[in-house]
Order: sequence, then structure tokens, then C-alpha cells
Amino acid sequence: MISLNQQMLQSLRLVLPELIWCGTGVILMLIQPFLKNRQALTFLALVGAALGTLATFYGYFGTAFFGQIQFDTFSLFFHWLVGLISFLVILASDSYLERENLESAEFCALILFATTGMGVLASAQELLTAFIGLEMSSISSYVLAGYRRDSIKASESAVKYFLLGSFATAFFLYGIALLYGVTGSTNLAKLADADPSNNLLRLGLTLILVGLGFKVAAAPFQVWTPDVYEGAPTPVTALFSAGPKAATFALLLRIFSTIHAATQFWFWAFWILAALTMFVGNLGALVQSNVKRMLAYSSIAHAGYTLVAFAAVTSVRQDPEAVAPAYAAVLFYLASYALVSVGAFTVVSELGGRGERHLTFDDLAGLGTRQPFAAAGLSLFLLSLLGLPITAGFFGKFYIFKAAIHSDLLWLAILMAVNSVIGAYYYLRLIVVMYMREYKGTLPTDTPQGLSPTAAMVVAVAALITLYLGLAPNHVLGIVLSQNLISSAR
Amino acid sequence: MMALNGHLLTVLVFFPAFGALALLFLRGEDELWIRRLAFVVSTVEFLFSLFLLRAVPIGQAGYSLEEFAHWITWPPINYHLGVDGISLFLVILTTFLTPICVLASWQGVHHRLKEFHVMLLLLEVGVVGVFLALDLFLFFLFWEIMLIPMVFLIGIWGHERRIYAAVKFVLYTMAGSILMLVGIIWLYNATGTFDLPIIQRLIHDGQLVLSERTEMILFLAFFVAFAIKVPLFPLHTWLPDAHVEAPTAGSVILAGVLLKMGTYGMIRFCLPLFPDASRRAAPYVAVLAIIGIIYGALVALVQPNLKKLVAYSSVSHLGFVVLGIFAFHNISMQGAVFQMLAHGISTGALFLLVGMLYDRRHTFEISDYGGLSTPMPKLAAFFLFVVLSSLGLPMLNGFVGEYLILLGTYQAHWNWAAWAATGVILSACYLLWSYQRVFFGEVTHEKNRALADASAREKWILATMAVVTLWMGIGSPFFTRRFAEPCKAVLEQMNRNVMQEVAVPGAPPIASKGAAGNSTERLASR
Repeated sequence: MISLNQQMLQSLRLVLPELIWCGTGVILMLIQPFLKNRQALTFLALVGAALGTLATFYGYFGTAFFGQIQFDTFSLFFHWLVGLISFLVILASDSYLERENLESAEFCALILFATTGMGVLASAQELLTAFIGLEMSSISSYVLAGYRRDSIKASESAVKYFLLGSFATAFFLYGIALLYGVTGSTNLAKLADADPSNNLLRLGLTLILVGLGFKVAAAPFQVWTPDVYEGAPTPVTALFSAGPKAATFALLLRIFSTIHAATQFWFWAFWILAALTMFVGNLGALVQSNVKRMLAYSSIAHAGYTLVAFAAVTSVRQDPEAVAPAYAAVLFYLASYALVSVGAFTVVSELGGRGERHLTFDDLAGLGTRQPFAAAGLSLFLLSLLGLPITAGFFGKFYIFKAAIHSDLLWLAILMAVNSVIGAYYYLRLIVVMYMREYKGTLPTDTPQGLSPTAAMVVAVAALITLYLGLAPNHVLGIVLSQNLISSAR
Repeated sequence: MMALNGHLLTVLVFFPAFGALALLFLRGEDELWIRRLAFVVSTVEFLFSLFLLRAVPIGQAGYSLEEFAHWITWPPINYHLGVDGISLFLVILTTFLTPICVLASWQGVHHRLKEFHVMLLLLEVGVVGVFLALDLFLFFLFWEIMLIPMVFLIGIWGHERRIYAAVKFVLYTMAGSILMLVGIIWLYNATGTFDLPIIQRLIHDGQLVLSERTEMILFLAFFVAFAIKVPLFPLHTWLPDAHVEAPTAGSVILAGVLLKMGTYGMIRFCLPLFPDASRRAAPYVAVLAIIGIIYGALVALVQPNLKKLVAYSSVSHLGFVVLGIFAFHNISMQGAVFQMLAHGISTGALFLLVGMLYDRRHTFEISDYGGLSTPMPKLAAFFLFVVLSSLGLPMLNGFVGEYLILLGTYQAHWNWAAWAATGVILSACYLLWSYQRVFFGEVTHEKNRALADASAREKWILATMAVVTLWMGIGSPFFTRRFAEPCKAVLEQMNRNVMQEVAVPGAPPIASKGAAGNSTERLASR
């Protein structure tokens, strides 16, 4: 018989990544007054992010803390993903913080705290634990959004994000309360046996969907996204579009795959959400003149594509064979989008110049000749977002198409195809501007000359992964296609 | 040669990519070396492609030199290449036109020269890949990849409205191709494979039965993508813009090869995979093709812009090809394939000539020329030769294709042929009339008096094209006997053995009756 102490120690192994991330954050805060060397602080944060990610190897598949944490292939995948994202974002933010003259220790610590929250989200098997994870990641995000204190836009971004975000969190919490009222438990394993036709349960799940839909920026809960993404420091935007989004989708997937919600009701909920989100995102992006804002809208559109796969998961006519590929489609898409998005925002963050003033399409004219490396990197990411072959984005879309058609969602697939073409227009427009237009007038003196070495590293890594996933998706697919991806799922 | 054994097709597809990579290591200032390297690479590629002639057996359908490798395990996507009599000459046409394009850009292109040639070679990778791919997924991959170099060619090295034209081109193509992707995935779900020969066999043997409606939807998903590329009448509006704005090399490749990807796709995919839907759609397609023939010719007739005139003549000529395909007659099918090649050579040559005029005068307006045969008799002679081949003078290449198409179509549907024949007359009108306005009469503009005649380089280019034109006109059996059997096989493929209930030995077990039935049912219930 294992004693309680041993059990706790065993449990700690499963949250080791979170402990390391969070601990590094705390250490960063503590030594900040004594250590003024920016590079050393960033390095420490990077080591923390990397160690935390590697600590997943020390874990084991199983539950911990009396079933509150579930560590399976699914959580492993998302731990790697958010760990990698926060590593890249910290690396990319180094030159940004220097340029904008901002403190780096707090910034890195906040990113690590947010990562901790995302880690918890990915492995939460209990709704209140998930709530803690969500709050950890959200509250750090609110602060990060307003990190550029002297910028009005950043403050607007932070306040907007905070007000709307806490409102959405309340929805989520209320949903949990209702679920608890119906079943007497907040543990997903126990909720799995609840009667799916119970209206109160449905209401609770709907509220949870609204709360999480806000976090992933699904239409009609997306209104905050463009402003927040535009106002936040660009490395933070990179984090927002990649990390919290992926982690929240992970939670959403876990909830809706554990609770037997594969009914007509959820199917249509996701169907409508997906269609709406795609159109709102793409049509919004079509008319933007600011690159950052355009990418913000495109991020909404990509949430829509991911939701198509969700609709496939909950499709009523699914056969068990179709479920695993649909999960795989979600995971692959989230991973590919996250990395591409980090890469794209990193380039944008470097191009903006001090105060992020040079981010309209016109500012990027002629970039292909001025900064070939940055332009080539950004083009690759845009082509991946567009879904062109031999990039990660293509296989991401391909698998979603495949899952959708396999689940008989032909119309949703066609809507997605239409949206891809709309998307093609604005992504191409940027490429066209960079390569085919000359800069009008003389360049302002504060235009950045090239990518900083750290940012270049991030771009190179993201670009390599994008190509790797586009040429040989087998390896990652092998992970996400494993039979018991979500242990408690059927 | 020994090293190539068994991998000739892979070499053909990827050799230009290595050339492009090598180009990247040259300095941008070494213009001459960049051009030389690009020329050598594309010429070697052309010589490689000639080996195909020996490898493809005459009088035999089916794929040769097949290469097969597993690429992605889930879903099972394979690297499957193969060549038959139809794709054989299209590949050679591509590899033939690319060095010509390098030569044709020798004087005209200076801006970002290295990138230009990199794009040209990458384009060749995509196009050759499209013609050789036997896996639906791989086909789609090359089909999409080839867009990017083409967009850059139009958008960076094009004329005034190049950006508009480039974006229009890519959006049109992408709109079609993404629906094709949905169709491809649908087929995969029904059969469990992306492999073209396997799916063909399943459909031919009646193991995969699609409901009428499903078949039509899938047919349209493929057909629209191809029709945009061809372009078929109401979908043609991208073509004049793209052609006029593209640099000469871009226009030559676009007209010479890229349009053929559409008609090739119809022969390779639409007809064998969806025979019944093709048959039902044929009258409508034929009407559109005939409208395209006549409309394209009429618009060409009134064009004040020489390059646009050639562009619209493409719409007209490609209408013949589509008509020949959808007449479902052995002879017209052969004519269609021949016309694809002939049009590639003669319209390619026309664009080269128009480009040469542009290099001298920087205008495409017919009214800016006139009486050019006085200052440049040699160029005028070549131009006349090409014009005659394009309008279908016997002994030259255009005649063979058009004649075969009309002959075959007449036997199947005489009234289609009657309408289409007006296009032949009209093409003579617009080509000869424009020739008269450009080359004959008095020299009306002083500037034109001092124009230089064809340089040695230009003479070599044009002479090569002329020789090929003449050879295709006189020695047409060399070509037709190689693709006669594959054409017949496509038509035979269309008569599927629905009655055949017994499983064919050796057929893969992946697509049982059940799976196929299921999928049809599934779509029907939506």
C-alpha cells in the first residue's frame, strides 16, 4: 500500500513542468532587483522554459492529486507545444524589450506564469483545476497585454481584455456550477456518466462553451480580439495567438470528448460557431491595412477552421474510426498554426520599429529587396497560413478537410474551402506588397534594418518546423494518432 | 545513364530544383553566368526528357517508368510517378520551352535576374510534376506549388498592371483547386487510396459505384478547377490579364504549358474517373467550348493590343481542345492531344515574337506598328510562318490538330463540328488581318523605320521553333502513334463494366462494395 506521502510525491512528478515554469518565474522576480543584466535574465527564463518542457519525460501516464490531473498523450502533446511556444516567445521578445526599453524579468516571469496556466489547462481532469489554469494564464495575459505602459493602445488593450475576459470567466465558472448542480461533481470522469439530454447539463455546457469560446476568439465572442492583439506588445500577441488558444482548445476538446456530448445539439453548435468564426475572421482581415490587425483577424479565421474539426468530432454520424483522425486534425492544426503564428508575429514585431509605428501594408512595400530574410520568412508563414503545400498549414487544413468529409460535413468543408480562398487574397496581398511594390517616398530613419539575431533564430526555427511538418507530417501525426490519446475518452 | 535507371522521372521533376538551388549561390551581379547556368540546366533537363521517347513503348497504353515510394503513412499518400503517351509530349514540351524562355529573356530581363531564373526553374518543377504525378494528392501538390513561381513571374517582371493580373490569376486558380482538393479527399474516403491507377480500376470494374448526383458533384469539383486553367468560356477572364501583363517568358510558359494542365487534367481525371457524369455534361461543355472558340476569335478580331489578341486566340484554340476531348471520339481525342502540343509551340512562338517587338518598341498596340516588313524582313518572315501555323495551314502543326479534332467531332456530332469550323475561318481572319496591319503597308511611325531586324540569338530561337512547327506538321505520325493507344484507352475506360459483379483478382481489398455503397449513401443523405 502506498502511503499518502508517496502518493503526493508521485503526483508531483506529473506537475513538474508546471512547477519548473512557475518556479523559474518566481526566481526571476526575486533576483530582478540584484541582477540588471538583461541577457542573463532572459537566459534564465529560457532555461526554465526548456527544463519545464523536458520535465515531461520524467512524468508517467496516469492521474494525480486524486484524479484532478490527468497526464496522457494529449496533455504531453500540449505541454510540449506550450513549452516550445513560450521558449520561442521569450527568445523573440528579447530584442523587442530592449528596443522598447522595458523590464525583461517581469515580462519573462509573466510569460512563464501564463505557460504554467496553459500546462494546467492541458492536463486538467477536473473543472475547478481547469479554472485555476485558465485564470493563471488569463491574468498573466491581462498584465502582458498592457506591458507597454506608455502606449495608449496597450492600455486600451489590457483594460478591454481584462473586462471582457473576466466576464467570460464568469460564464465559465457559472457553467461549472451548473454541472456540479446536476451531477454533484466537477470531475470530468464522473461527468462522463451524466445524462447528455439533461437540459441543465446542456445549459452548463453551453455556458462553458461561451466562456471558452471567448478565450479562443470564436465568433460571436471575438469582438475583443483585433483590439487586444493590436495593442499588446507583438511578442505577447504571438503568445496570445498561439499558447492560450491552443491550451483552451485542448480543454474544450477534453471536456467535449469526455462528456458524452456527441449529439445533434453540440454538432450544430459547433457547426454554426465554425462557419460564423471563419467568415467573421476572413472578411474582417480582408479590409485591414495594418499587418498586425490583419493577422489578428486571420487568427480568428483559424480558430474557425479548428472548430470545423470540432464539429467533425461531435458529428452525430461519426463512427469510432472517424474520431481519432478528427482529434488528430485538431491537434495537428493547433500545433502548425501556433508555430507559424509565432514566427509571423516575430517578424512583424521586428519590422514595426520602435513604438510599432511601421506596420501598415505600405510600410512593408519593397521589403523583399530591403530585408530578404525577413520577407522570405514572413512569406513562408503567410503561405502556410494560406495552406499551400509543403508547409505545415497545408497538412493542417488537409486533415481538417479530411475529418470533415469523413464525418459527412460536406457543406462545412465547402464553406471552409470558400474561406480559404478569401484568406488567400489577403495573405497574398501582403506578399505582393513585399515583393512587387516599391516603397513610396524615402524610408523613415527609424525603420529597422534587419532582424535581430534572437528574432532571426526564432524565425529560422519556426520556418524549419513549418517546412518539416509540411514535408514529413508522419512523426507528429504518429503522436496525435495514438489510440488512447485522451485516456478517459471512449 | 546507369545512375538514372529507374529514377528518370524523379530526376526530371527535381533536376531543375537543384539548378535553382545552384543559382542561389551565384552572385546577383554575374548576369552572364546566371543566364548560362539556367540555360545549361534547362537544356540538360530537355535532353533528359528525350530519354522518355525511348522508354515509352509505341502502340501500348499504360504507364511506363513508374516510380513508387511511400511518403506519408496516414493517410496513405505515395510518391507515385509514371509517364504514358499523353504526358510524354507534354513533359517534353515543357522542358523544350524552358530553355527557349531563358534565351528569350536574355536581353529583356535585367531586374532581379537571379530570382527570375530561380522562379522559371521552380515553375518547371511544378509543371513537370503535374504531368507525371499518378497520385491524386501528389498531383494536387504540384498543381498548387506551381502557382507561386508563376505569380512572382507575373507580379515582379510583368508590365504595368502586373499586380492586378497576378492576384487575379492566383485567386481564380486557387478557387478552383481548393474545391478539387475537397473532391480528392472525398474520393479518398470512398476508396481508401489516392492512387490514380487503383481508383481508375475500381471505377472501371464497377467496384466503386457513385450515385448520379455524387458523380456529378465530384466531376464538377475536378472539372471547374481544370476549366479555369484551360480556360473555358465563362471562366476565361483571368487569362487576357495574365498573358498581357506577364513577361515574355511567363506568357510563353503560361500559354505553352500551363493551359494544357487543364486539358490534361480533363483527359487524365475527369473522363476516366467520372465517365457517366462526363457523358451527361458533354453537351453543355461542348456548347461552352464552341462559345469559347467563336467568342475568343471575335474578341481577338477587334483587339487593338497585339498581345491580347494572341491571348484571346488561345481561348479560341483551347476551345477546340476541350471540344475534341468531350466529343468522346478516338480521332478527336488524338487531335486534342496534338492540338495541345501544336498550340504550345505556335502560340509560344507568337508570344516570343510579340515579346521581340516589345523589346524594340515597348508597346503592344497594333496601331503603333505598321509596315514593319521593310525594316525587319527576317522577323516578318518568321512571324508569317508562325501565324500560318497558328491558323492551321496544311503541312504545319496547327492543321493536324484542328483537322483531327474536327474530323472526329464530325463523326460523333456533326453540328458541333459545323459550329467549331467557323472558328477556323475566324482565326484566319484575325491573324492575317493583324499581320497585315503590323507588317505590311507604309511605315507610319518614324520610330519604326530604324528598328533592328532579328539578332542572331532571336534567329536561333525562332528557327528552332519553326523547325519543330514544320516537323510536327509533316511528321505528325511520330507523335500520334505514341499517344493513339493511350487516347483509346481513356475512351475504353469510360465504358465501365457495371455488370461485372465478380471481384477482379488482384484488386485491392480496401474498397469493398460496402465502403463504396456507404459513401454514396452518406452524401445522398446530406
